[in-house]
Amino acid sequence: MSELSVEHLLGIKYLKSSDIDLIFKTADHFKEVINRPIKKVPSLRDITIANLFFENSTRTKLSFELAEKRLSADVINFSASQSSVKKGETLIDTVNNILAMKVDIVVMRHSNVGAGVFLSRHVDAKIINAGDGTHEHPTQALLDSYSIREKLGNVKGKKIVIVGDILHSRVALSNIFALQLQGAEVKVCGPTTLIPKYISSLGVAVETNLKKALEWCDVANVLRVQHERMDIKYFPSTREYTQLFGINQEILDNLGKKIVIMHPGPINRGVEITSDVADSNNSIILNQVENGVAVRMAVIYLLAQQVKR
Amino acid sequence: MSKKTLLNSKDIEIILHRLACQLIENHNDFSNTVLIGLQPRGSYVAKRLASFLKTEYNVNDLQLGFLDITFYRDDFRRRDAPLAAETNEMNFIIENKKVVIIDDVLYSGRSVRAALTAIQSYGRPDNIELLVLIDRRFSRHLPIQPDYRGRQVDAINEERVLVTWKETHKKDAVYIEPK
Repeated sequence: MSELSVEHLLGIKYLKSSDIDLIFKTADHFKEVINRPIKKVPSLRDITIANLFFENSTRTKLSFELAEKRLSADVINFSASQSSVKKGETLIDTVNNILAMKVDIVVMRHSNVGAGVFLSRHVDAKIINAGDGTHEHPTQALLDSYSIREKLGNVKGKKIVIVGDILHSRVALSNIFALQLQGAEVKVCGPTTLIPKYISSLGVAVETNLKKALEWCDVANVLRVQHERMDIKYFPSTREYTQLFGINQEILDNLGKKIVIMHPGPINRGVEITSDVADSNNSIILNQVENGVAVRMAVIYLLAQQVKR
Repeated sequence: MSKKTLLNSKDIEIILHRLACQLIENHNDFSNTVLIGLQPRGSYVAKRLASFLKTEYNVNDLQLGFLDITFYRDDFRRRDAPLAAETNEMNFIIENKKVVIIDDVLYSGRSVRAALTAIQSYGRPDNIELLVLIDRRFSRHLPIQPDYRGRQVDAINEERVLVTWKETHKKDAVYIEPK
């Protein structure tokens, strides 16, 4: 099989495990490409991609833009803060205006859950979801799994704990879907106020004791506390959060085994993770960033294959 | 028309020996030369040639690479079947080297065109030559000709030239068959 079963990348929950295998196999090739002296291939010369970021982003936007440019696509960038969205234009109107300029693929980040799905029903372009509210962030989950596969050889059978603010995290949800699809075991760990009520219906166990969670796992994916999405207080203080759920070297030294540390960024050093852990040999945080470009190249390349001439 | 054998394993061996000698004539000890097989099928020719050069002609330190040209092809989104890439093994920089591109069959010349672009990602070579086992005459879409050719063949467009190798098909042979 060398074609995706989906027409858009809206979320991991729409993918099959064979899609993930194909994306990873293609990403392997692109990882080699981006380590060459000249890191560019001409495959997508006649494809135009619009990056629509209705919500702030630095690394995801950079990573997508770099991936698109490495594939030789033409790229246009749009961010809501500089746009007519502020003047009252609807999402469909904004996007249709951009598509009228002959765009083939839209990469979109939006603060509303389901914005990508909505768009895919109304406009004639391939949609890649770069994060929709607290719902999904599929390329992040793919690059996380890809990084685990690279570090540990396989995702299947591995035990992964996602630590932190699960409630507001699209990274957590996409990761849960992606890891389970590949046969990994997933637990979440965090303050009960930051764990979604029905998480167990996804087959995910909840552990509120960080030490126990870390003793159980092979990989800890540490998430940032998303203060910007919190309209009420979910825990008494950042200091208390750090004491209960912050990962430091001492905790890791006392585990009696080595675990892999991941973080999708941006890191709040000294809150959810200390600097020595973030910069240690067990941390694959920067590998995640590098793999992000390769995985996004793979996703874009595979979707572009379906664009009709 | 049924399948016809164009070359048997003995023929192929003789041809590869000749090609090896021609390479030696132009590249001496190969100290500044790299051989690059085009993935997937050119790699078999390249591997076989490299092993002849080593065992029969004592050429050591031969630099051999395998280049995948999938991402450089000009028919992306123009074919029914999606393109699937092969692995790339280019563990050297080709800056100022003499490069010999190796493939099994030269037909339209489009793969070689893609390879010429792909090679630029590894530096600026001194020069590039082309070696093919089979050169299909009268079928070129581009002005590309081999520097070393095993056998020239006149085949019409409705025919396919198929090269098989011991490693994959139990037998070294070249066939001509209807598409």
